[in-house]
Amino acid sequence: MPNRKGFDESLYELRELLASMGDHVIEALQEAVQSLQSKNVELAKSVVDNDYRLNEMEEKIMDIGSRLIITQQPVAKDLRRIIVAFKISSDLERMGDLALDVAKVTLRLQGSELIKPLKDIPQMSEIVVEMIRDSIRSYLDENTDLAHKVGTDDDQVDHLYSGMIRELHEYVKENGADGPQVMLINLTGRYIERIADHATNIAESVVYLVTGKRPDLNS
Amino acid sequence: MSDIIRIEQLNLYYEKHHALKNIGLSIKEKAVTAFIGPSGCGKSTLLRTLNRMNDMIPGTRIEGKVEIAGADIYGDDVEVEGLRQQVGMVFQQPNPFPKSIFENVAYGPRLQGIRSKSELEAIVERSLKQSALWEEVKDHLKKSAFSLSGGQQQRLCIARAIAGQPDILLMDEATSALDPISTLKIEELTQDLKKDYTIVMVTHNMHQAARISDQTAFFLNGEIVEATDTTEMFSNPSDSRTEDYISGRFG
Repeated sequence: MPNRKGFDESLYELRELLASMGDHVIEALQEAVQSLQSKNVELAKSVVDNDYRLNEMEEKIMDIGSRLIITQQPVAKDLRRIIVAFKISSDLERMGDLALDVAKVTLRLQGSELIKPLKDIPQMSEIVVEMIRDSIRSYLDENTDLAHKVGTDDDQVDHLYSGMIRELHEYVKENGADGPQVMLINLTGRYIERIADHATNIAESVVYLVTGKRPDLNS
Repeated sequence: MSDIIRIEQLNLYYEKHHALKNIGLSIKEKAVTAFIGPSGCGKSTLLRTLNRMNDMIPGTRIEGKVEIAGADIYGDDVEVEGLRQQVGMVFQQPNPFPKSIFENVAYGPRLQGIRSKSELEAIVERSLKQSALWEEVKDHLKKSAFSLSGGQQQRLCIARAIAGQPDILLMDEATSALDPISTLKIEELTQDLKKDYTIVMVTHNMHQAARISDQTAFFLNGEIVEATDTTEMFSNPSDSRTEDYISGRFG
C-alpha cells in the first residue's frame, strides 16, 4: 500500500485552513470590540466586509474533506480528522458571523455616546480571544489538557455575562431606560458569550479527535 | 450470541516457519467474522485450520486447541470428512465441478447418501435460493456450471457449500476475483446467510470487512494484534499497529 503522501498533505492543508480561520476570527472579534469602544464606523465596516473570507475557507474545507472521504475512504482517526475539520470550520464560520454582529452594533449606534463606559464587554472579549487561541492551539497540538482549559474559561465568560445583565438591570431601574442602547449592549454581550460557546465546541471536537469519545465541556 | 469456535494457544508451523503464534480467539455464532492483515500474516492459514485444510500440506505441525461447538477438531476420533461438511468453504476462484448446475449442488448430499430425487430437488432449490441464484438459473438447472458468469459461479459454490447444511461457512477472499456488482451481491448474501450460518471470511478489502462483518480480527506476522467489534475497530482501534494498517499507512 502507498504511504498516503497525498492524503497526508491534504490533511495538513485542512489544518492550515483551520488555523487561518482561527486567526481571522480573532482579528474580527478584536476589531469589532475596538470599533465599539472607539465608535469607529470604518473599522466596523471592514469587519463586515471581510467576513466573506471565512465563508470561503469553510467551503474550501468542505470541498477538501468531501474529496478525501470519496477518494480515500478514511477510517478511525483519519476519518475523525475530517469530521472534526467540518465541525470546527462550521463553529469558526459561526463565530465570524457573531463578531460581525458585534460590528453591526457599532454601525447601529452611529457614533452616539454610550450610556456608560464599556467594562465587561472588553474584559469578556479578552478572555474569549484567549479561548479561541487555545482551542485552535489544542487542535493543532492535539492537546486535550488545553482543550479542557477552554471549557473552564467558558465558565468565567458565562459568569461575566450574567454579571453584566444584572448591572444593566440595575442601571435601567436607577436611571430609567435608554431602551435601544441597553438592548444593543445586552445583545453584544450575548454575541460574545456565544462565541465562547463555539470555542468550547472546538475544544470538545479536539477531545473527540484524540480519544474518539465525545465529552461535554459546555455544561 | 454464543461462541461457536474457540481457539486456544494455537501454534502452527510449516516445517521450520512459525506461521501462527499463540493464537487465542473466540468466534461468535451466526455472525460474520472477518480476518484482515497484510499478505503472509497468517489469516488464511488460521481460516484453513478451522476445517483442517492444512492437513494436506506436508510438514505442517499444529499445537494448541481448536474447538467447534465444544468439540476439539484435532482430537483423535475426528472424521475430517464430517468436519468439512460441518465447516464448508468457498475459495477465491470459483471452482464449480465440470457438471450441471443441479449436480454441483446435489453432489454433497449424494455423497451423504441421499438418493431420493424429490429430496435432492428440494435441497438444490433451497440452497440456490439461499445463495440468491435460484431466480437466475431455475429454468436451466441442467446446463453446465461453466455456462454461468464468474459471479454466478461463485454463488453456485456457496450453494454447494451450504447444501450439506454446515454450521460454519469459511470464505477465503471469496469476492476478490469478482466484478463490483457480483461482489456486492455476495456481500448482501452474507447478511442473509448469517441468519443460518456462522461466516468466517478472509478479505484483503478492508472496506468489505467494515461493511459486512460484525467482528474483525487483525493479523500481523502470525499473531492477532486486535480482535473486536468491527465498528469499534474501524472507528477507534486500541492498538496503533491496527490504526496504521487500516489507515493504509503500512502493509
